[in-house]
Amino acid sequence: MAITKFFNEMTADDGSVRSHYAGYAKWLNETPADRIERKRAEADALFHRYGITFAVYGEESGTERLIPFDIIPRIIPAKEWKGLEAGLRQRVKALNTFIHDIYHDQEILKAGHIPADQVLKNAQYRPEMQGVNVPCDIYAHIAGVDVVRAGAGEFYVLEDNLRVPSGVSYMLEDRRMMMRLFPELFARHRVAPVEHYPDMLLHTLRSVAPVGVADPTVVVMTPGAYNSAYFEHAFLAQQMGVELVEGQDLFVEDDQVFMRTTQGPRRVDVIYRRVDDDFLDPQAFRKDSMIGVPGLLKAYRAGRVTLSNAIGTGVADDKSIYPYVPEMIRFYLGEEPILNNVPTYMCRKPEDLAYTLAHLPELVVKEVHGAGGYGMLVGPASTKEQIESFRKHLEANPDKYISQPTLALSNCPTFVENGIAPRHLDLRPFVLSGTEIQMVPGGLTRVALREGSLVVNSSQGGGTKDTWVLEA
Amino acid sequence: MLSRTADHLFWMARYMERAENTARILDVTYRLSLLPQNGEDVEPMWAGMLKIMELQDTFLAKHPRHTTEAVLEFMIFDRDNPGSIYRCLRATRENAHAVRGTLTSELWETSNATWLKMRDLTPAKLWENGPGAFFEWVKYRSHLSRGVTIGTMLQDEALRFIRLGTFLERADNTARILEVKYLNLLPGTDEDATQANDYYQWSALLQSVSAFEVYRKVYRDQITPLRVAELLILRADMPRSLARSMKEVYSNLTRVSNARSAETERLAGELESHLRFGRIERIFEVGFRNYLEDFRDRIFDLGCRISEDFLIPARA
Repeated sequence: MAITKFFNEMTADDGSVRSHYAGYAKWLNETPADRIERKRAEADALFHRYGITFAVYGEESGTERLIPFDIIPRIIPAKEWKGLEAGLRQRVKALNTFIHDIYHDQEILKAGHIPADQVLKNAQYRPEMQGVNVPCDIYAHIAGVDVVRAGAGEFYVLEDNLRVPSGVSYMLEDRRMMMRLFPELFARHRVAPVEHYPDMLLHTLRSVAPVGVADPTVVVMTPGAYNSAYFEHAFLAQQMGVELVEGQDLFVEDDQVFMRTTQGPRRVDVIYRRVDDDFLDPQAFRKDSMIGVPGLLKAYRAGRVTLSNAIGTGVADDKSIYPYVPEMIRFYLGEEPILNNVPTYMCRKPEDLAYTLAHLPELVVKEVHGAGGYGMLVGPASTKEQIESFRKHLEANPDKYISQPTLALSNCPTFVENGIAPRHLDLRPFVLSGTEIQMVPGGLTRVALREGSLVVNSSQGGGTKDTWVLEA
Repeated sequence: MLSRTADHLFWMARYMERAENTARILDVTYRLSLLPQNGEDVEPMWAGMLKIMELQDTFLAKHPRHTTEAVLEFMIFDRDNPGSIYRCLRATRENAHAVRGTLTSELWETSNATWLKMRDLTPAKLWENGPGAFFEWVKYRSHLSRGVTIGTMLQDEALRFIRLGTFLERADNTARILEVKYLNLLPGTDEDATQANDYYQWSALLQSVSAFEVYRKVYRDQITPLRVAELLILRADMPRSLARSMKEVYSNLTRVSNARSAETERLAGELESHLRFGRIERIFEVGFRNYLEDFRDRIFDLGCRISEDFLIPARA
């Protein structure tokens, strides 16, 4: 292993407990092990009963699993959060401006900051969106930005998720669970609340309704009950008090979207869609989509309905565009980026490819269009055979890959089979953009439960933790 | 409300009610099968029950004989039997899952927890505690589900479609329970039967629909087939009777009424008033089994019409 030093969220290098964890560490020390064991079992039973599950692809259909929940929270002091929040707002603002620019005047391309081909020939670029105006010029109303902390305690943005980022329901359920299991902890700590997220989301969605609609009808659109994130779709619809629709519940007439109700058709103004672009409209995108709505794109382009997020946001969160985000911040906002980008080698460039091939055991190599932790190589955690077989893929299709140094992801004490041990984690805060940018403090903390693993995705055996931002 | 949502609510309720009534039918038949008078001859009893539940063919495709074990395991666990309690509880949960955002969290959790327990039950465990304990459990889960529905759901359209599903299913199922019993037991035809056996037959039937005490209270007299039929068909104050079920169907239907449901409402009202003003003697004159079969046909027709008017997504 090339990496030796990790930043531990709870304890400093000298072994002392960091001040923002002092209260929790004391509680953990004083609480009898059997009580904690009971509470952990209770949490498991409750998650099962609530049905807070996700479906696993590639297993027997309808297989549902719990995402393991760890009772040791990830704690972020107020001051640190302030810096993170400012950086995230800045970043999402620049990304939204970038998407608007790309689908209008393309000034950033004209100025030569990003090679035009990288954007316009990107599979995520949607020519259908060229020249289309969207309310408030906002495209990514909901962004889930993945942030990690590296060896010296500094934060890096790993990924900007601007299409259909998920996980916010686990953030809310983890908090609910912690408060139910350990109310005494919340009496002792000033934990910033997150429970108002659904209200903020509804407010955001209503604020971007088509112009002239006074009392917009908002719906959440799901691919269906067998989708891996179905729990979240149903949860958000319920918490916002809006209908959860599937494609078959909607139809378009005269460029207006309606839902089929027991009392006849009813107009829909804003669709918080959790369906990928490709499947939205069989007339415009994939013809075989059974979960879309014929004519939806036309209604959307006519400005009669708002899709949230907009079509074509993938052009900004693609891994091949990621290296240019700091440049966007400088170009559009005239500011220096607050958050770090991870240095990225683009394997389409011969010199970057050569470097990558020479340093595979130290690097993380990712598919440009991949997601969910699939199709990636974590050099330091791989065997020689795995590296060599990956090398062949890379040499055959260099355009498909980027590589980055393996970050020494910070870790946090976590309950594992044999007691408590450090496990690596990341953080996904959610940024809402409408007439204003809003965030709840914190986000979803994901933790890689396997020893040494740096992959936190739930589909790869990751778990979650409650995230506490301590109020000063 | 979305048509699809209404559809899931309607079927969620129907499957829960069906699971309960299946448990009730199995319970009474199982208890009768244990009576000494029935001796070794329990097979015709089970065969008759399966016939009225329209599962005879499915059963015979798998099992050569109607032994108690085979029938009970078929009706409780068999994943290929659409009428098994396993399948009913799974369908209840799947429908609830599809609209969990419309349900109160307590209602969803009730349905989910019921399913999780059913999923973990094995025949070995069933026989260890006795089938009676399991039937009791199913009934109580259904009671709980109904109680949580009434106790937590907003009194809006969602609740109406749930209630509609519950009572339409119950109307059908109570009719079937009556048919099972009357199949070999038409009043006055079985002269050899001992008085004691008769008594057990009728009291078991009453118990299966939680009506034994009710009968005593209402009639304060001997149990006779005519009165049992009257209680379960025409008495609107008896919660599981056909009259009560149809009264609920009709009133819930009128509250969700839409532009094209007029004929469906009329038919439901017609059936309800037949029951409200009917006389049991007249029903026996017509022929009891014919009456019940005709009733179930009408219930089936109503179900189809409700689907067409409200539940199948339509443009106009």
